[in-house]
Parts: sequence; C-alpha cells; structure tokens
Amino acid sequence: MTRLLDIRGLHVSLPEGAQRPYAVENADFHLDQNEILCVVGESGSGKSLTARAVMGLLPRPHVRVANGQIVFHSEDLATASEPRMREIRGSEISMIFQEPMTALNPVMTIGVQIDEVFRFHEKMSSKERRERALSLLSDVRLPDPEQALKAYPHELSGGQRQRAMIAMALALDPKILIADEPTTALDVTTQAQVLKLIKEMQEAHGTGVLFITHDFGVVADIADRVAVMQNGLVVESGTTDEVLRQPTHPYTQSLIAAVPSLAPRPPRTRSSEVVLEVKHLEKTYRSGGGYFGGKERVVHAARDVTFDLARGETLGIVGESGSGKSTVARCIVRLNDAEAGEILLDGVDLRPLGRAAMRPHRPKIQMVFQDPFASLNPRARVGRIIAQGPILAGANAVTAKKRALELLETVGLDAGAYDRFPHEFSGGQRQRIGVARALALDPEVLVADEPVSALDVSIQAQILQLLDEIRDQMNLSMVFITHDLRVAAQVCDRIAVMRRGEVVEIGPTGMLFEAPRHEYTRELLSAVPGRDWFAAPVEKLAAVSS
Amino acid sequence: MHSFWKRFARNRQALFGLAILGCILIMAATAHLFFPTDPFSLAGQSMSPPGQNGFLLGSDSLGRDVAAGIAHGAKTSLLIGLVATLVAVLIGVIMGALAGYYGGIVDDLLMRTTEMFQTIPSFVFAILLVAIMKPSIESIVIAIAVVSWPAVARLVRGEFLSLRNREFVQACHTIGMSDVRIMLGEILPNCLSPIIVIGSLMVATAILIESGLAFLGLGDPNIMSWGFQVGAGRTLLRSAWWVCTFPGIAILLTVLAINLVGEGLNDALNPRLRERS
Repeated sequence: MTRLLDIRGLHVSLPEGAQRPYAVENADFHLDQNEILCVVGESGSGKSLTARAVMGLLPRPHVRVANGQIVFHSEDLATASEPRMREIRGSEISMIFQEPMTALNPVMTIGVQIDEVFRFHEKMSSKERRERALSLLSDVRLPDPEQALKAYPHELSGGQRQRAMIAMALALDPKILIADEPTTALDVTTQAQVLKLIKEMQEAHGTGVLFITHDFGVVADIADRVAVMQNGLVVESGTTDEVLRQPTHPYTQSLIAAVPSLAPRPPRTRSSEVVLEVKHLEKTYRSGGGYFGGKERVVHAARDVTFDLARGETLGIVGESGSGKSTVARCIVRLNDAEAGEILLDGVDLRPLGRAAMRPHRPKIQMVFQDPFASLNPRARVGRIIAQGPILAGANAVTAKKRALELLETVGLDAGAYDRFPHEFSGGQRQRIGVARALALDPEVLVADEPVSALDVSIQAQILQLLDEIRDQMNLSMVFITHDLRVAAQVCDRIAVMRRGEVVEIGPTGMLFEAPRHEYTRELLSAVPGRDWFAAPVEKLAAVSS
Repeated sequence: MHSFWKRFARNRQALFGLAILGCILIMAATAHLFFPTDPFSLAGQSMSPPGQNGFLLGSDSLGRDVAAGIAHGAKTSLLIGLVATLVAVLIGVIMGALAGYYGGIVDDLLMRTTEMFQTIPSFVFAILLVAIMKPSIESIVIAIAVVSWPAVARLVRGEFLSLRNREFVQACHTIGMSDVRIMLGEILPNCLSPIIVIGSLMVATAILIESGLAFLGLGDPNIMSWGFQVGAGRTLLRSAWWVCTFPGIAILLTVLAINLVGEGLNDALNPRLRERS
C-alpha cells in the first residue's frame, strides 16, 4: 500500500488573542492510497483547518502552519511555493466543500466550471474537454449530463450540486480527495446517495480520501480509518472498528455515547386529554407574478395536515427540507397564516384569529427556534429576553425578574447570566436561554423547530435531556420538528412523517420504526447514517456505564 | 464602549479627523470670545492681505474680517449640518422602518415616494426649495433634510427587511409583542451602527450643500457662513485671493474631518470589515 500523505507534528497557529495559540497542535496521521480516513470532531476542534493546511488554503497571514510537515510524495506541502501548490491543487489533491451552493460560482454554468479545471491544468481541445466533462457528469450519475453542463448552480438541487462538485474534484483523477463535511448540508436520503457515490468513486479510482465530518454515523458508513480531534489535538486514531467498538480515549467514548441511537424510547401511556388538534391545515406559498403579470410559482407547503397532541406527549414531525414541517410549526404558533383548516388549542380555533384576538392565546403556545445565534436579540440582556414575555402579559417587573431567575436555574444556567448579553454564551447555553424564554409564559404547548440541529452532538444530547425534563416537570405537550430520525427516536412518543406538504404516516415511534407502512418512511429509515452501528442502545449504554 | 474606542483609536486617519473636528468645534464655541463684534461689521481697511492692518487672514472688499467670518461661520456650518442631518435621519428612519417592516403595499407606497425624491438632483432641489421658502436658516435646514432623507430610508429599509425575519424578532411575535415595540425596541437597536455611520457622513454633505446655497446667495442674509464668504470673494479672486481661499480651506478641512471620522466609525462599528486592512 502506498502512503500518499504523511502529516507529522503539524501545528497551525492562530492569531494572537484567540482562544488558544494553536488551532491544530502536533497532529500526526497519514493517508494511504485507496482508503478513506475520517477526521471527526466537534466545531472548533481544528478538523477543517487541518484539511485546509493540506490544500495550502489557510487564511494567511493570521492563520498559518507554524511547525511540522505535510509530506505528499516526498514533498513537504507546508513549505511548497504558491505556484507549485497551484499545480498540485486540482490535479493531485482536490477538495469538495460543505455547501455546494457557495462553493460553485453562481454566474457560471457547471460545464464552464468543469472546463476550467481542464484548461488550467492540461492541454486539450475544447471538444475533448467537453467529452471528458460529459463522461464525468455521467460517472457521478447526474440524471441528464447534457442538461447539467448547461445548468447554473441554482438550477440544480443540493444533491446534484454536490455531485457536480465531486465531478469537478475528480476531473483530473487526483490522488487525494479532501472532503470537508460534504454531506452536512444535504438531506438524509441525499446524504446516503452522495456518501455511496464518494465511496464508489474512491474505489474505482483508488483515491485516498480525507473526509472531515462531525457525524459518527457517517464515519461508521464510510471510513476505513478514523482520527478523532478535540481542541486541536488528535486524541485517538485507528481503524473504524477499533475506534467505534473499543474507544480508548474518554472524549471519543463520550462522543460515541452522545450519538443518538435509532432505537426508539420506551413507550409511555398516552393521556386521553387532547391539548392541540390540527385539522386539514392548508398553506401554499406563491412567488413571482407581480403587478405586471409574469409566471406565478405555487408551492404547497402544507396539504390537509391533520394530527392531535395529547397532554404531556411529544409529537415529532420528521421530514426533509421542503417537506413543510417548519411551515406547519409556524402556522401552529401563528407566525404564518394558514389558508384553511383548524388549529384547535383547548377547543378554541386559533387559525382565524386576528392579531389582537390572538394575543391572549399567545402565552399558551410557545416556540423554541433552530438557530441559537439568530434567535436571541444580540443587543438585549438575557434577563430582558426572558422577562419581557411575562411583562407583556401583565406581570410586574419584580415577579417577572424572579420568574426569569427561576427559569435560568431550571434550564441549568446560573443567576449571573441574567445581566449578560447573548454573545457571551456558547451555542448550547444560548439554546437553554431560548428554552427559558419559551417557558417564561407557562405554555401548555411547546413547539420546537429543529432545536438541536445547529449544535454539536454532545451538546445536542444535553438539550434533548433538558427538553425531556421540563416536559415532565411542567406537564408540557411538545411538537418537535426535526430532520433527524435519530433525534426523533430519542424524544418523541409519536412521529408524523411529512413529504411535500403531506403527512404520509403518523404513529407511535416504536411501531413506526419497526413496521413503517409508507415507502417513504422506509426510505428515510434506511438512509440514516451508521444505522447498523448505532442501532443497539442497550449494549451502548452498558458500555458507557461500565 | 471601551473596546469600541480601542477599535476606533487603531485607525490613525479617524483620530486625525477627530482632532481636526475637535479644533473646529472649539473654534465655533469660542468665536464670540476672540471676535466679540459682529462678523458683518466693518473692522478696518478693506482688501487688507493676511497679516496686515491687524487682520490675521485679511479683510474683504468691505473691510470685514475674514478670520472673524470663519470663526462665526463654523457655528453656522456645524449647526446646520447637525440639525439638518438629525431631521433627515428621523424622517428616513421612520419611512424606512415602516417600509421594511410591513413590506407589501406599504413598502411599495413609501419606496415609490422615496424614489420620486431621488429622481430630482438633490442640489437643484435644495435651491428650488430655499427659493420658494425665502432664504432663512430654517428653510435651509428643511431643504437639506428634504433632499437627504431618501438615502437613510433606503438603508433602514434594507436593514429592517433582513432583520424582521430573524428568529429573535419572530420570538417577539410569539410572545405577543406589539409592532411598535418590536420596531423600536428590538430591530432598531440592531441597525444603529449603519445609521450612525451614514448620519456622520451626511453631516459633511449637509455642510457642503449649505455652503453651496450660501455661495449662490441663498443663505440666511443675517448669518455669517463660509459659503457666503466664498461667494462674496469670488469676484476678487485675482486681486484678493485670501477672501475665498481661507473659508474654502475651512470647508475642505471640516468635510474631510467628518468623512474620516465617519469612515473610522464604520470600521469600528462593523466588525466584519475590521480585519480588512
């Protein structure tokens, strides 16, 4: 087996005043021909900067390789000249990025962008280049390669864009492919397809793949070997089997333990008291048109959506992007207006209520948002963020403050947080503040829209646990929106699966997982990354507790 | 606050601008101490070159002291610049906030109105307004404000448009907050930085417009201003260069200083641009 890349004692330095002196410290690992090495870590672990160091794409001069070697074919890339690096990039080592929409140039067609790769590196006639591009696009199994050549990035779906990126990266048959979270922005079924494609392409070309990810499910599916990074240090490395079965480092153990398993939670008895009933909800989005005519686009975001929610129950709404799950959530809390149907909260239909008539019902149904960095006003102190709900509802300032301090304790923050600004907190802590804000009005129903999808796995587990605790404590009913079936399995009593605005299947979590009735549910379940590895929670729990 | 000042102070040009601006402010504030008499009064021999007959910067064709005019004119320029900008920012913020927040038909109405104002060249429009209203300090302030608010409205509209869909604003909707409170208490504080920056740069533009109006004889006849001085001296440019030159330099320095400070504010308030140098 040929060694392609040998990273020895790599130090990547951060600018002065950063949290730590080195983004990557003393990293040692290697990549062989025809293998996939996964570098796993949470945000801020230095995994992406490692990849960029190999490509010579560090944001210099602030961040640079301070020490160590990156040996590629007996050549040290850390000290290679910029012209030499330009030769290597694309032809010997190429890279695919997380978000293909921003990695592709939006004003150039896919064909032109693939063509560039050939033009910059090799001498070929334009006809030859075009044929190569076409064969590449059919290799990555884009449905209509001819059409794709002429398409602009926005005309393709996310998965197709990522396929085009892969085609471009593999255009000159590089020896090393660096993939920086290439499937994180994709839906789970698309992710499964793209992972399969990368694996196949790697096997067909004998490429060495350096695959950066935060998801152990993906690791289990694709990796030959794994390197785990924490705070810039490689804490553990070994074959996938070794690392996943017998992690030796406590950090790896905790990470693997935090991966939500696909095994559903034990069923609980369902209360007979129905708190929220949604009947035949309809919502369409229209765009285009305008005063001077033009073609109008109509998207059915919710079509005949019907479900009910019992007291103390958590209902998961699961679906891929564009399935209308967030729209349903927003219609329930009346951020969006549904066109038809009923939203019965304690027997009162909220849907037709105007703003003023809705106001007395607002406190009963509250929302937790997805992005903890966007959901808190950066200019307001935490105390005000939490207390302003009760104050608007008529509480006096003293009671509201007392309540806010209580809530901070409930969500696991200390009272000192009251006078601080959101930017002083980490993502997980901010999400706790978001939960406290939603609880401040003593709601009956909590609608959580992807509350953990912006968080690292270990933090995810904590927030899910917190949501579980407060639900039991306050006898809340919860509507939990997520794209991740693993997360849904952890918290939901029942799950509704949505596709293109329709609820295709709804049922208790256990039954839905064991015997999915709808084909789409089966598809979703089989696409969950690492489902074979992380399906047995009992073993895993035993491993952790010992 | 402390870190803001540190970021601002890192920019040498901005500090330089701030120093000049400080000098001009002191000059305006102490004008009546150094030049207690009316700047319009005849102070001595006419057409004296700088440094002669007791005139520091010379005198004009009627024997008025140029230095006294500059000192008293500073007050006029700064006052008009500030007040006109405040009025323009106020109108612009209200229009932009309503348009950006409500969108739809409100947005269309307000923005088409704004565009109507933008289609007329601003200086010509200002001349027209002052000519209609009779030249006075109030009419000049109104004219400058009327021609400068559309830029603010556009900016604020853009900020409101992007902020109104942010999750923290939606969270305020879910707790039943009223629109006015959301606009004033939640969104506005988040777009203060660009407003401060555009406001500071608008002061400079306002001073230029005022000088231009005064140069054309449309200034308040009872108030000394730099533009008036330049206008009065323009026919003597070849025989008495100092009458035009010194007020001109005063305008140049003030506008330059304000622009430098505005740029500095921009760099200090927009953290994303901080690392660009």
